[in-house]
Amino acid sequence: MNYLYFPGCSLKGTGRAYEDSILSVFKGLQLPLEELDDWNCCGATSYMAISEMKAFALSARNLALAEKQAHSRENFGLVTPCAACYLVLVKTQKYLQEFPDIGDKIKTALKSANLEYGGKVRVRHPLDVLANDFGTEKLASFVKKPLKGLKVACYYGCQIVRPYAEFDDQHNPTTMNRIMHALGARTIDWALKTRCCGGSLTGTIQEVGMRLSYILLREASRLGADVVATACPLCQFNLECYQKQMSREFEDAISIPVVYFSQLVGFAMGLPAKELGMQRLFVPFKFNPAAESVKGGIHVHS
Amino acid sequence: MPVWRGWDKIKYQAQLDPAFAEEVTSIPGGEKLFDCIQCGTCSGLCPLSPYMDFTPRKIIAMIRAGFKGEVLSSHTCWLCASCYACTVECPKGVKITEIMYATKRLAIREGVSPKRFAIPVLAEEFFRDVESNGRNSEGRLIMKLYLKTNPFKALKQATLGLRLWSQGRLGIRSDSIKRKSELKTLLKSLEKERMVRSRRETAHAGEAK
Amino acid sequence: MSTPENKTNGTPRIGVYVCHCGINIAAKVNVAECVEFARSLPYVTVAREYKFICSDPGQELIQQDIRDGKIDRVVVASCSPLMHEATFRKATLAGGQNPFFFQMANIREHVSWVTFDKEMATLKAKALIAGAVMRVARHKPLEKTRVPVNPDVLIVGGGIAGIHAALTIADSGKKVYLVEKEPTIGGHMAKFDKTFPTLDCAACILTPKMSAVRSHPNIILWSYSEVSQVDGYVGNFKVKVRRKPRYVDEELCVGCYECIEKCIFKKAKFEDEFNIGLSQRKPIYIPFPQATPLVALIDPETCTEFRTGKCKKTCVDACERKAIDFQQKEEIKEIDVGAIILATGFKIFDATRIPRYGYGKYPNVFTSLEIERLVNASGPTGGEVRLKDGGKPNSVGIIHCVGSRDINTNRYCSRLCCMASLKLAHLIKERTGAEVYNFYIDIRAAGKGYEEFYDKLLKEGVHFIRGRVAEVSDWTMTADEEGKLVIRAEDTLIGVVRRIPVDMVVLAVGLEPSADADNIRRMFNISCSYEGWFLERHPKLAPVSTFTDGISLAGACQGPKDIPDSVAQAGAAAAEALALIDKGFVELEPNTAFVQDEFCSGCCTCVALCPYSAISFSADNNRASVNGALCKGCGTCVAACPSGALQQNLFTDEQIFEEIRGVMNYV
Ligand SMILES: Cc1cc2nc3c(=O)[nH]c(=O)nc-3n(C[C@H](O)[C@H](O)[C@H](O)COP(=O)(O)OP(=O)(O)OC[C@H]3O[C@@H](n4cnc5c(N)ncnc54)[C@H](O)[C@@H]3O)c2cc1C
Ligand code: SF4
Ligand code: SF4
Ligand code: SF4
Ligand code: SF4
Repeated sequence: MNYLYFPGCSLKGTGRAYEDSILSVFKGLQLPLEELDDWNCCGATSYMAISEMKAFALSARNLALAEKQAHSRENFGLVTPCAACYLVLVKTQKYLQEFPDIGDKIKTALKSANLEYGGKVRVRHPLDVLANDFGTEKLASFVKKPLKGLKVACYYGCQIVRPYAEFDDQHNPTTMNRIMHALGARTIDWALKTRCCGGSLTGTIQEVGMRLSYILLREASRLGADVVATACPLCQFNLECYQKQMSREFEDAISIPVVYFSQLVGFAMGLPAKELGMQRLFVPFKFNPAAESVKGGIHVHS
Repeated sequence: MPVWRGWDKIKYQAQLDPAFAEEVTSIPGGEKLFDCIQCGTCSGLCPLSPYMDFTPRKIIAMIRAGFKGEVLSSHTCWLCASCYACTVECPKGVKITEIMYATKRLAIREGVSPKRFAIPVLAEEFFRDVESNGRNSEGRLIMKLYLKTNPFKALKQATLGLRLWSQGRLGIRSDSIKRKSELKTLLKSLEKERMVRSRRETAHAGEAK
Repeated sequence: MSTPENKTNGTPRIGVYVCHCGINIAAKVNVAECVEFARSLPYVTVAREYKFICSDPGQELIQQDIRDGKIDRVVVASCSPLMHEATFRKATLAGGQNPFFFQMANIREHVSWVTFDKEMATLKAKALIAGAVMRVARHKPLEKTRVPVNPDVLIVGGGIAGIHAALTIADSGKKVYLVEKEPTIGGHMAKFDKTFPTLDCAACILTPKMSAVRSHPNIILWSYSEVSQVDGYVGNFKVKVRRKPRYVDEELCVGCYECIEKCIFKKAKFEDEFNIGLSQRKPIYIPFPQATPLVALIDPETCTEFRTGKCKKTCVDACERKAIDFQQKEEIKEIDVGAIILATGFKIFDATRIPRYGYGKYPNVFTSLEIERLVNASGPTGGEVRLKDGGKPNSVGIIHCVGSRDINTNRYCSRLCCMASLKLAHLIKERTGAEVYNFYIDIRAAGKGYEEFYDKLLKEGVHFIRGRVAEVSDWTMTADEEGKLVIRAEDTLIGVVRRIPVDMVVLAVGLEPSADADNIRRMFNISCSYEGWFLERHPKLAPVSTFTDGISLAGACQGPKDIPDSVAQAGAAAAEALALIDKGFVELEPNTAFVQDEFCSGCCTCVALCPYSAISFSADNNRASVNGALCKGCGTCVAACPSGALQQNLFTDEQIFEEIRGVMNYV
C-alpha cells in the first residue's frame, strides 16, 4: 500500500496535534505517508452551503492532484484524517460516479484548468488504514506502554460513518474500539458514539453547539471514562476547548481530557509526548501505566 | 377597539409558492422528498431539532406545501450541522441533509438568509477565503466572523483565542496554495453552474445507480 | 413458401378485429387506419373495428363471420393474451373453427399504454397486426389432451390457515395429507393468549380445531416433517415428504409427561423454542400442553445419550408404553396428490436489524411476539407481564412499524401489527396498570370492529403519540431518566421532540416471508413477489391461485394477514382444490414440444436441459421423445437442439419466421 496524505486546513491550525500524532504514528509503524502537493481546501460543509458545484470542483482538484502524484502506483490511498474533508472527498467520488451530468460538468471544469481525474483514488480514513490495512494484531506488537486500566470513550462523531459507511457499521462503529483494545485499553459502551458534537455551531451559535458537546462529555463522565478519543479536529476542538465555559453555563464541573485516537496510539507505542502534540492539549492527558505489565494488548479484546 | 388578528393564523393558498418544492428538489435524489410520510424520525433523531424554529419534518411538509418565505427565512437549515443522522434512518430515503443544503443555497441566493445571523456569514466568509487563497485560516475566519456579527463576543472569546495561539493551534497568517490561477480558472468555469436540474433529469439519474 | 392449408383445404381466409378498448387503445392508435391497412394484407377477407371486442356482441361478430363462411382464421388486435386469449379462442371454437386458428396482437399494453406519439403508435400497431396475420396463416389445428385428477390433497403448513383448509377438504370426504415442519401444528396463533378485536381466547377457538385434525379419519397429519421433492403436474403431483425422527414412537406415546419428569436433567435448562427463549425445557419435551399431536420428542443436540452415549436413560424406564426409540431414523414418504395448498405462514422481522431500538442490547426491549407469550396464561410467567429481573413495569412504550414501511428494511405495511399493538397495550394495562405509550405513524385499523377497538383503548387512557421513534437508549438527561430506557420521538401532532423514560419497550415487529419460502418457491415452481411473498395469479381476480395450476395459497404465506383473512383465504383455497378434484380431469395446453424423428441425431442435449424432465431418450432407435403430458411448453429444448429436430406446437420455426416477416415487410 502507498499512502498520500491530505491534511486539510484544520490539521494545519487548531488540529495541529492531530497532524503531529498521525505523522509520528505512521512513521513509527513504518507506513510511508507523503503529503499531497499543493492541495486546496476540501470544500467542506460551509462551502456546500453556497455552491455545491464549486465544492465538488474543489474536491475534484484534490482528487486529480492525488491521482497525478500517485503516477502509476497501483493501489494507493489518500489518507484523510479530518472527518469533514473525508466526507466531502468520498461524497464527491460518489456524485461523480452516480450522477453523470454532474460528473461531466466537473470534468469540463477540470479540463479548463488543465486537470483530469480518472476516478482511481481511494479516500481512506487513518482509522480504516490502521485497523484494516495494518491490522490490530500487528499494531499490538508495536505497543510498548500498554494502556492497561485506561477507560476510553471512543467518539466517532458523525461524518466518518454517515451517510456513507465505507469501512464500518454506521449504527455501531467499532474500528476505534478495536484499536484501543489492541493498545491494552478498555472502552466504555455508550449510546452516543456517533451523536453530533455540534460541528461549527460552537463557533456560530455557541449556546447550542456547546450544549451538544456538553451532553457527550456528561455521558462519558457518567459512565466513568478517563478520556475521550476523537477522530476529527472539529470534534476534538469542540469537546476540549469549551469545558470551562460549559462548567459555568451548565453548573456542572466538567473536566475530562479529550485527545485524538492517534495520540493514544503514539502514547502506547512509547513515542515522545512532544512528537504527539500532547503539549497542545488544554486538559492535559495523564496516564501511569499499571505496574510493569508485560506485553501489548493482544490478549485484551472483546 | 382591539384589532381583530384572526387572519394571522390562516394561510391562503395564494400566499404559497407551488413551484417551490420543484426548486428545492431539483438536486440529485431530491425527488424523494415527495415520498415523506411525516413520521418524524428525522426530527426525533436530529440533535439540533429542539433549537430549530421548525423541525426537519415540518420543513419537509412546508416545502411540499410551498411555504417558500417561511422556509427560506427560517433558522432551521442554518442550525443543521450536517450530521446525517436523519438521512441514514429516514424510512423513505428522503435526503434530508441535502435538502438542508439546498435551502441554505436558495436562501443565500435570494438574499433572505437571517440577517446578522452568524452561520450564513461564516459560510460566506469561508467561501471568499477559499476562492482567493485555496485554503482557509480558521483564526482569521473566526475573528472576522465575530467582528461582523457581534464585536462584544470577539472580546469575550479573546482568552480562548490567546490560549489557542500560545499552544500553536491558531494561525492568523493566511495560508495559500501555490497554483492559485489554476484554482481560479477551475472555479470560474463553474460560476454559472448550479446543481439544479429538471425533475425528469433527476429521476433518471436516480435510476441509473 | 407453400400456401398454408386449413381445415377446409383452401387458401386461408382471415378476419382481423381491431378493438378500441373504449379509449384505452383508440386514444393513441388510429383504429380506422389499422383496419384499412389490415384489408390490404394477404389472406384477409374481413377487417372490422369494435368498441369492446371482448363483449358478448363483439364475440358474436367473430362467430357470425365464421358461420357465414367469410373467414376461417381469426386475428384480434386488442389487449394482452394473458387477459383475453382464452376468451377469443373460445369464440373461435363457438363459431365452429379449431380454437388454435387464432392469434392475438397486443396493441394496448405493448402499444397504446407505452407509446406517446400517435403516429408511431399506429405504425407499431399495424406492424403487430401484419405479424399476427402472417403467423395465423401458418397455424395448424391442435387438440387439448385430458388427464384424470388424483383426488388426494397435500397441505403444507399447519397454522390456522392450513388447519382450516385441511378440515374443509376432509369434511367433504377427500383425503388430506397435512405436513407441518414443527413438532406441533397451530402455527403462530397457538402462541397467543387473546385475539383482536374481540379478545376471545386464542386457545379456546384454536385447540378444538387442532384436535379435530388429529382425530379426522380423512386427515393424515405428518408433523415434524418437510416436503423434500415435488414432481408431476396439476392433477398428478408426486411428492416426497421427509419425516424427521422424534425418537419417540408416535403410535405408542400418549403424552403422559412421565419421561419428561424422569429425565436425568432435574431442571429444565435448554432454550424453549415455543416460548421464544423466555423459558427452558428439557432434552425430552412436549412443546406445550395442547400440542397436536401430543407426543414427546427428543432434541439430540441436548440429550446426554446422543451427546455422550452414556446416559442412564431414565426416560426409557419411565415410559410404560416403551415409546422411546433412540434408533428411530428419518423416513421418506412418497405420495400422489391432485392438488396442493401452501400455507407456510410468516416469520417475524428480526429486530436486531434496527440497532437504534436496542433489541438484543437492552434486556427490557421485547418483540410483540415475546409479549404474546408473557401475557399468555399458559406462558412462561403464567400471564404476568414481567421485566427481565422479575419486576413489574410502571411504564411501557410500544413502537409500531418496526421493520415495516421503511426502505431500509421492508417497504410494505405489515397490516396487523397496529391491531396487535393495540391488543397488547390493552392487555399490558389490564395486567400491570402501567402507563402505556403507543408510537405510531398511522393507525391502520380497517377491519370489522377494529376502529371500535381503537376507540376503546383511547377511552382506557392508553397514550397515542404520532411519531416514529428515533431511538431507544440508556443515556440520560434528567434524574427520572436514570436507570430507564428513554424513547425519543417527535410528537408530530404537537410539534415537539419528546423523551419519554419507560421500563419496558415493545417492538411491534412486522411480518416477513418464512425463512424457507425461497426453498418452497423453487420446489413447487411458483413465483414470489419482490419481498418474497408467494405470488398470486392475479392480485384482484385470482388472489388464491398461483401461476402453477393445481397449487393454491392460504394464509400469511401470500402476504401479511390476520386470522379472519387467513381463514377466509384457506376456505377459498379448499374450494379451488375441491373444484379441481370434482371436475375429475385436466386439459393440457397443446403448445408442447415434439421431436421430428428424421432430424434427431440422438445427441441428448435436450434431455438434461428440460426443467420438467419431460424428454426421454430411447437407445433402440437412438431418438429423443417428448412426453406431452409433462411438457410445459417452455421452449428450452427447442432453442437448444443443434439439429433443429425439436419444434414446438404454436411456435414452429415457420410460424415465428412468418410473424417476423409480417412485422418487417408490410409497414
Ligand atoms: C405478535 C402477533 C400478534 C398477532 N395477534 C393476532 C390477533 O390477535 N388476531 C389476529 O387475527 N391475528 C393476529 N396475528 C396474526 C396471525 O398470527 C396470523 O394471521 C396467522 O398466524 C396466520 O396464519 P398462517 O397459518 O397463515 O401462518 P402461521 O401461523 O405462520 O402458520 C404457518 C405454519 O406453517 C408451518 N411451516 C412453515 N414452513 C413450513 C414448511 N416448509 N413445511 C411445513 N410446514 C411449514 C409453520 O411451522 C407454521 O406452523 C398476530 C401476529 C403477530 C405476529
Ligand atoms: S424521517 Fe423521512 S419520512 Fe419521516 S418525516 Fe423525516 S423525511 Fe419524512
Ligand atoms: S443532518 Fe442536519 S437535519 Fe439531519 S439530523 Fe443532522 S443536524 Fe439534524
Ligand atoms: S436419554 Fe437421558 S438426557 Fe436424553 S431424554 Fe432420556 S433421560 Fe433425558
Ligand atoms: S399495521 Fe400499523 S404498525 Fe404494522 S406496519 Fe402497518 S402501520 Fe405499521
